[in-house]
Amino acid sequence: MDILIVLEDNNGKIHRMGLESIAAAQQMAGDLGLTTGALVMGAHGDALAEEASGFNIGEVLKVNSEYVASYSSDGYAEAVKQVIEQENPNYVIFGHTYQVRDYAPKVSAKLMKPFLVDNVAVRSNNGKPVFTKLMFNGKLFSDVHANGDGPFLISFQSAAFSSDKAESGSADVRDCSVNIDASMIRTESESPFQEEAGGVDLTSANIIVAIGRGIGKEENVPLAQDLAKAIGGELASSRPVVDAGWLPSAHQVGSSGQSVSPKMYLALGISGAIQHVVGMKGSKNIVAINKDSEAPIFEIADYGVVGDVLEIIPKLTEALNE
Amino acid sequence: MKIAVLVKQVPGAESPLPIQPDQSWVDEGAVAYMMNESDNYALEEALKIREVNGEGEVVAVSLGPDRIQKVIREALAKGADRAIHIQMETAGAIDPLSTAGLFADALREENFDLIFTGLQSDDLGMGQTGIIIGEILGMSTASLAMATEVGDGKIKVKRELEAGWFQWVSLSLPASVSIQSGLNTPRYPSLKGIMGAKKKEIKVVTPSSPDPTQSLEKVYVPQSDKQTVMIEGSADQIVGKLVETFRNNIKVL
Repeated sequence: MDILIVLEDNNGKIHRMGLESIAAAQQMAGDLGLTTGALVMGAHGDALAEEASGFNIGEVLKVNSEYVASYSSDGYAEAVKQVIEQENPNYVIFGHTYQVRDYAPKVSAKLMKPFLVDNVAVRSNNGKPVFTKLMFNGKLFSDVHANGDGPFLISFQSAAFSSDKAESGSADVRDCSVNIDASMIRTESESPFQEEAGGVDLTSANIIVAIGRGIGKEENVPLAQDLAKAIGGELASSRPVVDAGWLPSAHQVGSSGQSVSPKMYLALGISGAIQHVVGMKGSKNIVAINKDSEAPIFEIADYGVVGDVLEIIPKLTEALNE
Repeated sequence: MKIAVLVKQVPGAESPLPIQPDQSWVDEGAVAYMMNESDNYALEEALKIREVNGEGEVVAVSLGPDRIQKVIREALAKGADRAIHIQMETAGAIDPLSTAGLFADALREENFDLIFTGLQSDDLGMGQTGIIIGEILGMSTASLAMATEVGDGKIKVKRELEAGWFQWVSLSLPASVSIQSGLNTPRYPSLKGIMGAKKKEIKVVTPSSPDPTQSLEKVYVPQSDKQTVMIEGSADQIVGKLVETFRNNIKVL
């Protein structure tokens, strides 16, 4: 195959950004006339392989090894490296997840092949892909290409491609063996845990109600909580709200928080600093309410209201509860 | 405990970023530089480990042209014992694999127990150099550290996972760890530190530029093509129109 898509496990389902990677790979395959394959591994490998086989992918490879049953950077990097050597793809596509950031650079080092990270787009230039990446914390775009011969490792930013665009199909599953032993795993991992009770998974929320500095003070946060409840959404925030201690960090969206792409993102009193925008600009619909008509959030909003969030939020909650 | 901390000089958050006419890079002469934010946390974490252990050495390591001596001096003023400056023109260079190779060459014979890097740089945002260096030098690696504990020939790292989850991972030494912003409170240099920094050693190495495995074609300002529908009126009218929009246009009600 020419393009290998590495799919990540999210509790027995393909990680959302894995589905986006499938869409990205399908676009590249179409533009460049290439074939695709997907790689799954881990304790949920069977379930992931079955899900992956329902997409328009050349074939699905499943790695069975006790050393990749649970995640370790050493185990995953070695497994992916060996599959790349066996299958010899020209491009290896990842979602730019935290797990990928942890182990994919090791694959790059093992193969001495570049890892082009966090891209937002790809286009073909004379049969070679050119990738678009944000730089300077999102203030500038850059066009980047790989040099020499592949395989090239590529990751795409959350929501660079829509998972809805991943074409369905029917792919066969092939077992793939790797040669890993215990001495290669230099880390010991404890069980994952959440910092506080009721940690929120913003990444799977359909509606997000997000507050920024414009909420004014901690005492006003419940107003937004009530609105989130009334509309059936999750409460999120920009970094200043978390830094002030008004909400736990699990609610933070942005470059140092979570990246989200809900059906609707309601930005309340959020100015739209790039550190926040990179985490939410993939939302299907962005509704912004801000006092400042010049706030950069309006540049990316689908719907905008110039107004006082503290006046509008309670009225909106009331209207929704009727 | 011998710790290398990689510090990078990057444009500050408020710095202008004018693009050169040929779009090959920003006009560096107009940029206000500072220490990369997460590198500052990485430095603090290394200094704390040295202080808690009561022994050890913290070495600041940076790659770039002469201007980066400013962040090297800053790291020394904050408490790094000495520094290594890998002298290299970096304008428009974007290849972590090449960069990591240069760092690995400069660090190999030092036999560090730990290499700390910031999670990612505020200019390129590649987020992989420290891990690649670790892999090249045969060290264990971990990213996104939100806390560290050193002891018994190991470093325990509290890694940030997605969606508010964390995980403690124990790494055998030597290890290369990337540090997330916010895990400590970086110190300011004291006057004594600033004076003392002038006497500290900065070793300058001048390797030749490797062939890059990835290259920049151009930088440019993002174009917004989004049409924003502005909703206006009294507060009550706005609320009515918002509910209508949620129901009929966005279809979330």
